[in-house]
Amino acid sequence: MSVLAAGPVIPTFGKGSSCVTGDHTFCWDWVRTHWGDTLGPALWQHVELTAIAVVIGFAIAFPLALLAHRFRRLEQPFGIFSALLYTIPSLALFQLLLPFTGLTTTTVEIALVAYTLVILFPNIVQGLNSAPDDVLEAARGMGLTRVQVLTRVELPLAVPAIVGGLRIAVVSTVAIATIAATLLPKGLGYPIFLALKEPTPFKTEIYSAGVLAVGLALGCDGLLVALRRMLVPWAARGVA
Amino acid sequence: MTLADTANLHTFVDAMRFIEHNPGFLATKALQQLALSGAALGIALAIALPLGVALGHFHRGSTIAIGASIIGRGLPSIVLIAAFLTILGIGFVNNMVALAVLGSGPILTNSFDAVDRVDRDAVEAARGMGMTDPQILRRVELPLALPLLFTGIRVAAVTIVATAPIAAIAGGGGLGDIIVNQASYRLSGVLGASILAMLLSALVFAALAGVQIALTPSGIRRTSVIGEPQRREL
Repeated sequence: MSVLAAGPVIPTFGKGSSCVTGDHTFCWDWVRTHWGDTLGPALWQHVELTAIAVVIGFAIAFPLALLAHRFRRLEQPFGIFSALLYTIPSLALFQLLLPFTGLTTTTVEIALVAYTLVILFPNIVQGLNSAPDDVLEAARGMGLTRVQVLTRVELPLAVPAIVGGLRIAVVSTVAIATIAATLLPKGLGYPIFLALKEPTPFKTEIYSAGVLAVGLALGCDGLLVALRRMLVPWAARGVA
Repeated sequence: MTLADTANLHTFVDAMRFIEHNPGFLATKALQQLALSGAALGIALAIALPLGVALGHFHRGSTIAIGASIIGRGLPSIVLIAAFLTILGIGFVNNMVALAVLGSGPILTNSFDAVDRVDRDAVEAARGMGMTDPQILRRVELPLALPLLFTGIRVAAVTIVATAPIAAIAGGGGLGDIIVNQASYRLSGVLGASILAMLLSALVFAALAGVQIALTPSGIRRTSVIGEPQRREL
């Protein structure tokens, strides 16, 4: 059952000021009064949905990428499969998982994890494969075993590409998680859907939740850029 | 409806029956979605493609191109659709503009990247042969840039078609109308329309991948023209 079709219409206009009842362009007082019961919780839920998806996605993508790095033939089939997976409309994927896992956070997370895999896997593989042949040759010449080459040479060199993949994954997941509101009353998409259900769409709610979603995406991206600078200080700015 | 009721494959059999019994209706909805997507892609192409190619040719504006890719990914479709709805009102135009903005990201980034990355020696050689700027663009840069450039168009097209169902929330029509209206179409209709929406996106992906392989100059054709469209890093 979809929230949009059958969810209760919560009167978000409230009593409110003249600004709110008149639906002016932006009402700070609405944001202040509804931070505690609407925007704040939605933001926190959004962070949670995104974090769980990216962590699980990474935990699955990393070993798979190591496997594809070891057995190169696996890469192409997985690449095409993931390109196809990414074409599935999120709205449709959430609904198609519904018969299996119901109206639960699990349903949402399965879809979000699937989308992160599509992004993380090729980026990690690309990073692992990016070590120059000379470097690998030198490492082997120094007597490093295969595992040592991986952990001491290939992995450190892959860090920029891995963080690059994480950036795309996080930003995309924040965006896709807004669609989770078609299934569950969770995340920053939910206030927007509620606002759209009003006879005249309530502008303040749309703008404030929208700005929070975009801000969250950009904020996470900034954090990951900082993380990359910390992990690979030798990498030039803007590279990777 | 409990979880136990929904958790079985009969629902998918019902969904197939829904598709079987409503072919005309579903075809109309699918065509609506394609029309909206086509219009959005047209606008995105008209604006982002010349801009990206020009910036790439002059090797300027990499910040704009990278910014566009972040915007393309980080702007949730629903936020765009809702925001444009408050400005342009409910209906086709609002959704078309929102989807066009979403599609411009990959087109701009990839067309910039594609032209910017063309081997400078090749461009120098062409200039040495006496080619003018437009000639260099048409005969050297664009043919060499074509695969990556077309990847951007394909990613944009698939993004737009895959996002178009969400437009139903703001009066955009299409298969999304059915997906978000379980009250009228029940779970079988919702699932049926979801399956078709998925097939429609896959079809657009496959068709454009085919065109891309055919368009790629044989001299630079490689085995992996399709494959990893999401690989570009921010």
